[in-house]
Amino acid sequence: MKKILSFLKKDVYRILIIFTLTFLQTMTGLFLPSLMSDIVDIGIVNGDTPFILKIGGIMLLVAFIGILCQITARFISAKLSARFSKNLRSSIFAKVESFSLPEFDKYSTASLITRCTNDVTQVQHSLDMTLRMALSAPLTAIGGIIMAIRFGKNLTWILIFSCTALVFIMILNFKLTVPKFQKIQKNVDKLNLITRENLSGMRVIRAFNAEGHQNEKFDQANKLLTNLHLVIGRIMSLLQPMTMLIMNLTTIVVVWLGSRMVAGYSIKVGEMMAFLQYVMQIMFSFQMLSMTFIIIPRAMVSVRRIEEVLETEPLIKDPLAEDLLSPEKLGRVEFENVSFSYPNAIEPAVCNVSFSAMPGQTTAIIGSTGSGKSTLVNLIPRLYDVSSGSVKVDGVDVRHFEQSDLRDRIGYAPQKNMLFAGTIESNIDFARDIEFKRIEEAARIAQASKFISEKEEGFYSPIAQAGTNVSGGQKQRLSIARAIANHPKIYIFDDSFSSLDFKTESNLKKALNEETKDSTVLLITQRVSTIINADKIIVLDNGQVVGMGKHKDLLENCKVYYEIASSQLTKEELA
Amino acid sequence: MTQMNNNKNNNNNSNNKNSSIDRDVSIDRSKDTSSQMQRPGGGRGRPGRGPGATMRLVEKPKDFKGTMKKLLRYLKPYWFMLLLSIIFSAASTLFNVLSPKEMGKITTELYEAVTHRAGNVDFALIGRILLILLFLYLSNAVFNIIQGFISNSISQKLGFTLRKNMADKFNKIPLKFFDTKLHGDILSIVTNDIDTITFTFNQSLSQITSTVTQVVGVLVMMLLISPLMTGVTLLIVPLTTIFVSILVKKSQKFFKAQQRNLGNLNGHIEEMFSGHLVMKIFNGEKKSLEDFSHLNENLYNSSWKSQFLSGLMMPVTGFIGNLGYVAVCIMGGYLAVKQTISVGDIQAFIRYVRQFNHPMSQTAGIANTLQSTAAAAERVFGFLEETEESDDTDKLSNLNNLKGNVTFENVVFGYDEGIEIIKNFSADIKAGQKVAIVGPTGAGKTTLVNLLMRFYDVNSGRILIDGIDINDIKRSEVRKQFGMVLQDTWLFNGTLFENIAYSLPNASLEEVRNAAQLASAEHFIMSSGQGYDMVINEEATNISSGQKQLLTIARTILSNSPMLILDEATSNVDTRTEILIQKAMDNLMEGRTSFIIAHRLSTIKNADIILVINNGEIIEQGNHEELLEKDGFYATLYYSQFDTVSKNSIKRNNQVD
Repeated sequence: MKKILSFLKKDVYRILIIFTLTFLQTMTGLFLPSLMSDIVDIGIVNGDTPFILKIGGIMLLVAFIGILCQITARFISAKLSARFSKNLRSSIFAKVESFSLPEFDKYSTASLITRCTNDVTQVQHSLDMTLRMALSAPLTAIGGIIMAIRFGKNLTWILIFSCTALVFIMILNFKLTVPKFQKIQKNVDKLNLITRENLSGMRVIRAFNAEGHQNEKFDQANKLLTNLHLVIGRIMSLLQPMTMLIMNLTTIVVVWLGSRMVAGYSIKVGEMMAFLQYVMQIMFSFQMLSMTFIIIPRAMVSVRRIEEVLETEPLIKDPLAEDLLSPEKLGRVEFENVSFSYPNAIEPAVCNVSFSAMPGQTTAIIGSTGSGKSTLVNLIPRLYDVSSGSVKVDGVDVRHFEQSDLRDRIGYAPQKNMLFAGTIESNIDFARDIEFKRIEEAARIAQASKFISEKEEGFYSPIAQAGTNVSGGQKQRLSIARAIANHPKIYIFDDSFSSLDFKTESNLKKALNEETKDSTVLLITQRVSTIINADKIIVLDNGQVVGMGKHKDLLENCKVYYEIASSQLTKEELA
Repeated sequence: MTQMNNNKNNNNNSNNKNSSIDRDVSIDRSKDTSSQMQRPGGGRGRPGRGPGATMRLVEKPKDFKGTMKKLLRYLKPYWFMLLLSIIFSAASTLFNVLSPKEMGKITTELYEAVTHRAGNVDFALIGRILLILLFLYLSNAVFNIIQGFISNSISQKLGFTLRKNMADKFNKIPLKFFDTKLHGDILSIVTNDIDTITFTFNQSLSQITSTVTQVVGVLVMMLLISPLMTGVTLLIVPLTTIFVSILVKKSQKFFKAQQRNLGNLNGHIEEMFSGHLVMKIFNGEKKSLEDFSHLNENLYNSSWKSQFLSGLMMPVTGFIGNLGYVAVCIMGGYLAVKQTISVGDIQAFIRYVRQFNHPMSQTAGIANTLQSTAAAAERVFGFLEETEESDDTDKLSNLNNLKGNVTFENVVFGYDEGIEIIKNFSADIKAGQKVAIVGPTGAGKTTLVNLLMRFYDVNSGRILIDGIDINDIKRSEVRKQFGMVLQDTWLFNGTLFENIAYSLPNASLEEVRNAAQLASAEHFIMSSGQGYDMVINEEATNISSGQKQLLTIARTILSNSPMLILDEATSNVDTRTEILIQKAMDNLMEGRTSFIIAHRLSTIKNADIILVINNGEIIEQGNHEELLEKDGFYATLYYSQFDTVSKNSIKRNNQVD
């Protein structure tokens, strides 16, 4: 809560103004019944029409001051809460952008997205509510009680009694419904899950004629959800009539006792009328307060989730200035006894790996799914830090680089091709101010020119968010173009040719060979045919290197490699 | 979420024309423009849902009347309950309306007693009136509660029925519908829209009745007290209404802007977080933060304005209410002095003005609520009224002992009207033969599968299994004849055992284990710690993609069908496991007609018939040798694959063969 509240530090005086204005507005609201009682007790009793008109004029003025205060308060609070959420959102976003992959693994991407969107909205919403209602409600209640004491004197104890009853009912309601709401959420999730299963698995479900099975599951969840809603709906529909009843019973008691006091001349009729109106106002403010009670617990959950993110320090940081090194860009990559474990994993994902990849060479990494290939190359741009050992680029441990300097040296085409909203050009350029000529060249090498030129707007064709408007193969080619556009010294292709057909792949590789002549190329693949000519092939199995060498040598001395190769090549090619 | 989907949607549509050939057919099909234009309000920014639904942006249904009529039809079984609910709601409001007048009588009595009778109050009278009030208040509460219970149960039952109908409908709609719709949109109908309907229905049912009763009742009471004062009050009411409608109109613009800006911002967040790895690697942090701050600023500007405007509603209606209050006090005072009304009536009138003011400011809210109910209901009914697959209950079923001869006879097919992608295709496949479907990415290789499984129906021509037209067989029966491993694996939240036995619900552990063994899945299952009882989590993230594939294969093996469809069956399995799977597949394919969508040339080479597909069309057909001989598209494809090995060695090998 502290962290979030610190976003309001600069707004303290604004909040004070809002508070003051709300207070004034509340007071004007409370002043009206008292003026009304004057009209009754003095104006009507004495038959003094000018007095009535005079007081009426004052009432108008008071009401007008009230609305002025309220509108000003609303104006300030609207700006304040919008700015608050703007600042909050941007610091979460900046924080998440500073995260590296370990933090993303910890929270999961989806959860970070909700924290930055839904949770912020939730908090903003409740801040808004607090400024609007929670502030004026207690003020009205307190002011109302003061006025009530002034007017009603001995009637006040009734108020205290019925307010306690109201609070009790609200708390009870809260206690009863909150756990049910949580259950409902779980059930809604379940229903969603089944529906999603139905959608994404539609072909399988139909193929296996399993529609009935799915329907049964849905039916069950549906019944459960409906029952929960029925119960909670009943509790909720008790709340409003009950509070109304308490209010009404209070007025009955007030009138009964009040009329005795009026008869004894200890209060005037107008005063009793005013008192009754205060009772109403106080009760209404309690009801308003109960609305914030519903919102605040939900907001607290969001606050906690947001603070968790804000308090997380990224594990991977730039080194201190005195440790900073920036060697000449050559492209050498060396692994020295590198081991890496994901947090909380029992077994290391990469275990004691040593090798070097030199400029002008192609180093291929092959191995089964989950053997640690992607993890291994992710250590080079420092997406993760090694658990032990050292990864060196151009002779210097990657932890001594400024991250941007290190990553500038690397052209990476990841396994999951990700494009961003913008144009084809902006996706290849990626804010690196690359010359257009070079962008065209990169697209040509990546075999993307043809489909780009077929588009009406060519390189300036729009790309939708997450690249949903281009096919998998096109995405992959643009992703490769992006990786090579900046003339990096180190190329990392993580299964980057998987969506390409054979023809495109072989053309692309030919063009790439020319391009990467003086650079270090690291190539992760499952296809043996892709790497037959590699200078060095590293065979990974369960995070360990089980073979290293050229295709021919590995066929002879590496059992794992032979198995992989034999599943893909014909006997003659193996020989 | 939805709103983001819609954004994507719009983008998709706008780029639709630019991309036709070089793209996966499955993606192409997801962009049927016409079907997406049905969304009311042009698509963007559905209120009340998604990350940014802070403000009400009222969404207009296309056909309010028609939709409401349909909704009423759904409520027909509950007409009696509905009637009760309306009666109770009206009654409880009526009690509420009667009480201020009674209360006023007490005040008058007190006033009279104090001013004219020297404080000689008739307590018996006051006691009687208080008893009447007690009765009114208690009845109000009881009727109100009963009303709440009834409308709650009606609306929940309505929600239940709608959800159930949607679930049933799921199985009857042709796949084409789902292929052309965004899944997120359909999901949102099942959950959000139905939720909106039940919630708003529950709310508005009591609101409408009580508002109407209150307005009428209060008006009558006011007129009884003083027509003159009523007249003055009625002058103030239109003020409120006019102001509210102006405010709503003015603020819509800002709400829309806010909604749009929020959508853009959330879209950026979603995109950048999903592409975090790429963003990091290419040092895109600065650019991303710049974009973000720009979008954030836009949101701020529209957000505080819309918030301020919507915040004005309460103070201003409150002020107008206070104007009424003051007017009543002055007029009441004046009239009381002239002895034309009593003091108690002033008090009652004050209460009535408040009661009158309240429903008036509510009507705008109710109108909006009804509009969004109708908009949500329109989508739900839209789904429920989708054309279903033709009824096939009288078609052939229980086809046992099919051999698996498959014949294509002049098959013509296209996903979109007027665009035929399979033109007059014929082939005769004998039982037990292997058919390899080959072609570049996005050439439309899954089309044949869609036809065989009758996910889609041919435009003309016939597909025959053992001489029987598949259109004469029940769909479920056709599908029973095929064992199928699809490109996307699909598993559900349940144990490994349940997942494998999905195709054969009564399978024994023995059978499941056999299948798992054949699919090389037994090893990872047994090493998982819980064996076959291991539960796959909701997102199926606790097993690897290779393992998912193995399970899918095990499931297919267990189903033991005479024909197989293998769609890239082993593309997600690591190379070593693949050897084992291929062995298992070979066993499985033995004696079964198999359709294999494969990239692997070893599979293709062994196929009896190769169908070469490009741009959705079957352009070549024959076995490996024949096709190489032909030196056409297939040959080019084949040679380019083995470029690195050298064309000559392959040619030599072939000659040796």
